[in-house]
Amino acid sequence: MSRALQRMAVEILELAHGTDDLVLIGIQRRGVELAERIARLIERDESVDVPRGALDITLYRDDLGTVGPNPVIGETRLPGDLTGKHAVIVDDVLYTGRTVRAALDELADFGRPKRISLAVLVDRGGRELPIQADVVGTAVKTSADDRVEVQVEELDGHDQVDIVR
Amino acid sequence: MTSSLGKDLTGLEHMTPEQIRLILDTAEPFKEVSERPIKKVPALRGKTIVNLFFEASTRTRISFEFAEKRLSADTVNVAASGSSVSKGETLVDTAKNLEAMRIDMVVIRHPSSGAAEFLGNRIASNVINAGDGKHEHPTQALLDLLTIRDKHGKIEGLKVCLVGDVLHSRVARSNIWGLSKLGAEVAVCGPWTLMPRGIEDLGVKVFSRIEEAIEWADVLNVLRLQLERMEKGFIPSLREYYRVFGVTPERLERAPRDITIMHPGPMNRGVEIDSRVADGPHSIILEQVTNGVAVRMAVLYLLAGGRAELADAAKRGGGGSE
Repeated sequence: MSRALQRMAVEILELAHGTDDLVLIGIQRRGVELAERIARLIERDESVDVPRGALDITLYRDDLGTVGPNPVIGETRLPGDLTGKHAVIVDDVLYTGRTVRAALDELADFGRPKRISLAVLVDRGGRELPIQADVVGTAVKTSADDRVEVQVEELDGHDQVDIVR
Repeated sequence: MTSSLGKDLTGLEHMTPEQIRLILDTAEPFKEVSERPIKKVPALRGKTIVNLFFEASTRTRISFEFAEKRLSADTVNVAASGSSVSKGETLVDTAKNLEAMRIDMVVIRHPSSGAAEFLGNRIASNVINAGDGKHEHPTQALLDLLTIRDKHGKIEGLKVCLVGDVLHSRVARSNIWGLSKLGAEVAVCGPWTLMPRGIEDLGVKVFSRIEEAIEWADVLNVLRLQLERMEKGFIPSLREYYRVFGVTPERLERAPRDITIMHPGPMNRGVEIDSRVADGPHSIILEQVTNGVAVRMAVLYLLAGGRAELADAAKRGGGGSE
């Protein structure tokens, strides 16, 4: 996983042409940890501070009526106004695209970034919306019955990606 | 529709500590929504909520309305003050009419104890009690609990004293239930004419002198002296009440520790509470108001949630991130 994150950090730098307006925004929960790690990798290589934030999209979901409330709503914390910034959304798994759709809606309520990109550790296909990632750690083919589980050291004690079929 | 809170929120008396904690924990992230440049999330988009107020209210009604609007619900306010129709007929009738208009939730304040539960039992929509007679005011107690938890980092083991007109206070009743369930020690203090008979049976300490309460407490929740009570002879005069029960800096100075000061509002400055205390460093009265919106957002969000069996099915089916 660390090699994938290193590669993602490099690709994000290329995509953003440096760190000048770059803001990394992790989606709760594991996206937040991944964004933090990528930010640290960029900071190590570039010797600059990379602002990062966390986004919980629970209140922007389109399925409250079917999945019920999620009582564990995570923290949303953004590093100031996003207007004019290049925001890179970071998440662990890209699947239907509905989480990213919600994140785009939510970000729009915090300002008008000049550009929003998407970086994901695992792209498992299965999109239900016209959304694609700009930076992908690894792409895997999965069916709807599969589960992709990402574990990160900060929350789970170790780094691991499992595909449960 | 049911959630882990059930269909309605009518009072804290029959809630479990886990349900109360769920509301408080859910309120945390909602605090941040009110700090955003655009103070709005789409969680309750398309839900219709009626605020049905049969009794005067400024703070509670506005707080509910902000909470509803910040969740993107559509709201209608009905002020039915002055209605002389008897309780039973009015509510059944009102309930039928509301149902016919396809609403999703009702927030009700009513001068009769039990009105919210009465309505909840007769309509399919979610009902939230915004104060019913002398019975309960659950969202006020929940916001008090949240504010105490913010200030002290816990509720368990704290000594909280409710001061003043306990007899007529639904805030006091809901606070006693909520605080006890979360493990606080609860006391009441006030003139005996304003103490309900058998209050000790609720497991609370009773102080007849404010000095004793101040000696004992970590938190004083000073209740509003309902001025209309004075005419009915419960207390001799406002000045005498202030002299005997007023929470003043002079009295607080003798306390063995800093005492957190709360008041559900509206305050009678210079009657139950001195201005220097209300505006002093240990007052968290305005934090209570801020937290009121977050707590009400949490309650609305949790009650509006989808069906539990669908939630389970969704967890089994999809799971993980999308």
